[in-house]
Amino acid sequence: MENRIAQTTSQLGGTLRRNEIKSNFRQNLFQRQGGSPRTVLLLPAILIVLFLSIFPLIISLFLSLARVNFVRGGINIDFVGLSNYEKLLFGSQQRHLLGRFSELTLPGWVIVIAVSGAMLYWLYRYITGTNRTVAGAFFRLIGAILTTLLVWICVSTLSNDGLPGTMVVTLIFVFVGVSIQYGIGLMLAMLLVQNLPGKRFFRIVFLLPMMITPVGIAFLFRMLTDTHVGPFAPFWVSIGLQNFSWVESAAGARAAVLIGDIWQWTPFMFIILLAALEGTSRDQLEAALVDGANRIQIFRYVILPQIAPVSMTLILIRLIEAFKIIDIPRILTGGGPGTATESLTLHAYIEWRSPNLGGSAAVSYLLLILVTFVALMFVNVIRQKVVEKL
Amino acid sequence: MKFIKTIFALLLVFLVSIGAIQFVAAQDMPFEGVTVNVLSFAGPQVTEPLLRRGPDFEALTGANIEVTTVPFAELYTSILTDQTTGTNSYDAFVMSPQWNADFVAAGILEDLTERVANDADIEWDDIAPFFRNYIATYNDSIYVIPLDGDFHMVYYRTDLFEEAGLQPPRTWEEYLAAAAQFNGQDLNGDGEADYGSCIPKVRQGQSFWWIIDFASGRLQSQGTGQGLFFDLDTFEPLFGPNPAFLQALELFNETTQYGPADELTLDLNSTRDLFLTGRCALTMDWGDIGSLSIDPERSTVQDLVGTVVIPGATEVLDRATGEMVACDETTCPYAIDGINYAPFAAFGGWGGGVSSAAEPEVKDAAYAFFSYLNQPAQSNVDVTIGASGYNPYRLSQFESLDPWVEAGFSEAAAANYLGAIEGSLSSENMVLDLSIPATNRYLQVVLDTTVSQYLAGELSAEEAAQQIYDQWNEISDEIGREAQHAAYLASLGISTSE
Repeated sequence: MENRIAQTTSQLGGTLRRNEIKSNFRQNLFQRQGGSPRTVLLLPAILIVLFLSIFPLIISLFLSLARVNFVRGGINIDFVGLSNYEKLLFGSQQRHLLGRFSELTLPGWVIVIAVSGAMLYWLYRYITGTNRTVAGAFFRLIGAILTTLLVWICVSTLSNDGLPGTMVVTLIFVFVGVSIQYGIGLMLAMLLVQNLPGKRFFRIVFLLPMMITPVGIAFLFRMLTDTHVGPFAPFWVSIGLQNFSWVESAAGARAAVLIGDIWQWTPFMFIILLAALEGTSRDQLEAALVDGANRIQIFRYVILPQIAPVSMTLILIRLIEAFKIIDIPRILTGGGPGTATESLTLHAYIEWRSPNLGGSAAVSYLLLILVTFVALMFVNVIRQKVVEKL
Repeated sequence: MKFIKTIFALLLVFLVSIGAIQFVAAQDMPFEGVTVNVLSFAGPQVTEPLLRRGPDFEALTGANIEVTTVPFAELYTSILTDQTTGTNSYDAFVMSPQWNADFVAAGILEDLTERVANDADIEWDDIAPFFRNYIATYNDSIYVIPLDGDFHMVYYRTDLFEEAGLQPPRTWEEYLAAAAQFNGQDLNGDGEADYGSCIPKVRQGQSFWWIIDFASGRLQSQGTGQGLFFDLDTFEPLFGPNPAFLQALELFNETTQYGPADELTLDLNSTRDLFLTGRCALTMDWGDIGSLSIDPERSTVQDLVGTVVIPGATEVLDRATGEMVACDETTCPYAIDGINYAPFAAFGGWGGGVSSAAEPEVKDAAYAFFSYLNQPAQSNVDVTIGASGYNPYRLSQFESLDPWVEAGFSEAAAANYLGAIEGSLSSENMVLDLSIPATNRYLQVVLDTTVSQYLAGELSAEEAAQQIYDQWNEISDEIGREAQHAAYLASLGISTSE
């Protein structure tokens, strides 16, 4: 009997101890998380999102180092090391990805030397600055080398006998497209921030292109650029250009893709910039007016500094997004004529379709590296400078 | 009591009747409740007969035919990824015979040999031997039911050629001369200048096949077994820096001068419409133009269309020396009047394959549907309809002109059209399309991209030829050169006759 009582007491003690440990663990867990259960409750969701984001990244990295064959009952994956990357950067696919290099012309040399000089100056400023670290200097050195290399590739492939590859074509779409989108978006926002009649109507009208699916826009522009049966055909005939097409040349086709992309994404710039402009301080504006500042001075010294942080974030978002362009070139030009409008994403898609999953994954990874690099350089160099200066 | 007995008797009779009706219906409707998901090409041609005949087949058998379409460039990958990943969304496919090698190796296709042997309605022997062997058969087993027979041919405007006193082109040089003569003239009386030649050249369409036509007569002269794409002994690509292929590239490029300004962005349907509305003197196409030309809704050139086999060459490549040599009895044993013709069975023709992963009753229904489409009662009508995208492939379709005349052809036009197809089909120097593992990479990626780059002026002819040569070698090395060589030799062993 005594034994049973002792056993029961011991069991009860064990249960109490376990409960105590559990309670302590929960307390510790919440305390470690700043005493709030919110983070703990969010953890499963965060883990799921991380898994969904990271898992495909790991799988595609693995695929980019492999050759995938479709065999009876599934797929066969052979590890081939860096062969897919080697082929793209130095082998048979180099001309497709990077382009055909040409001797630099005088303006080309000027651009490359100017960029290298700017990069050296940037490095020098960092090294002679107060907050320098070895890691910081190393990463900046890598950044400077890669930037110079990218500029050299662009200038060389866009020179006389050069031929831009899918990477350079993508960079053209990104930088030209985003710059024009920002410029037009800012102009429209400046216009609509005035008290003009029909302001609400135009706000909705300017937003409409963003609501159309990109494939729809591509088909729309395919029709508009058709000089034979498109809506502008009578115009071309009336000026004596019966058998004429402006999307047959590389420059014309790229312009057509850019116009479509600009038409679609300018509203995004416009609506965010409009919100930023409407949030600017009226007191500062009035003070500038009282002090006799003209319109350009007001824009430069009062408005621009206030919208700069929003603008920089906006441009960053669009830069990252623009690198993924595929819908418009795929439908509008099929990447042609030749490879004149083939973006990196379209390149990856064509490889995937062939089906060369390893090559496709390698192109995608190079795109990821390029996007990350451009975004980091933008944040660390341009954004910081602009925000500091303004 | 008697009343109750009567009620019971009536009820019994009623139930027996219902059962009998159901039994009869089940006998008549062997696929009642069975759904077949078919993946096809978003033509609209090629899929049109599936949609038109589907309801008839459903009424006959009780099966439910669901058709999904994707663009041509995505069809191969859609089938491959759907089946090899085990998704199995589709039970049957309308596909290219060029993919047989890949799909059979991946275990995607059901062996239909036994079903065909037990199917008297399909009249298998009536299918022309080439299509039976090329489209349907792989490794001595039948995997695909032919629905279409494909050859490239040249179409010309008979009225214009007669008026100008010209003969239909026999060589590509004659084609270019005629195209140059008609280019810029008003060919359809609308007061606008029209075009000498219209060829679809858009990238990622179906345009990479045309360069093969320009190369065929210069590269293959010793019969079908000589093959067009690779050297038989060394497996070196013949699409490379040799004079025959360089000439082919230059000739093909020259056609652009006599076409619409936006020819590099035109797809197949666009050039068809240009020719059918009288805006082009010459075009190259599969057999579809013939049957489309009699469609009053789409064509203004009814009875004004002539058809000839793909033009040939008077000089061919001597593969041993790498030089061009003039045609004689040794160098061109199949030449006609000193011209080496090598008609190209481009693509081969659409066929229907059944997924090996489908349920047994679905496999039966899918096979029955393709058999139904293939049977003479249906196919002999479908090949005369331009919108179907199907061209003749049964011997009976060549025997009588009546169905063609009933469809709207004049007797002379029907005889001319069928004569050109028969001429291609019976040629001993017919060119077989590439049909080895990774055919898609050789043709739809490398050839398509490079030729497109060349036409756009991004590459010179020499650079383009070298690029194709290098990248084809790279694919062969990646997959296994010896295995690819063996597969190529096996693919050329296909008999084109009984």
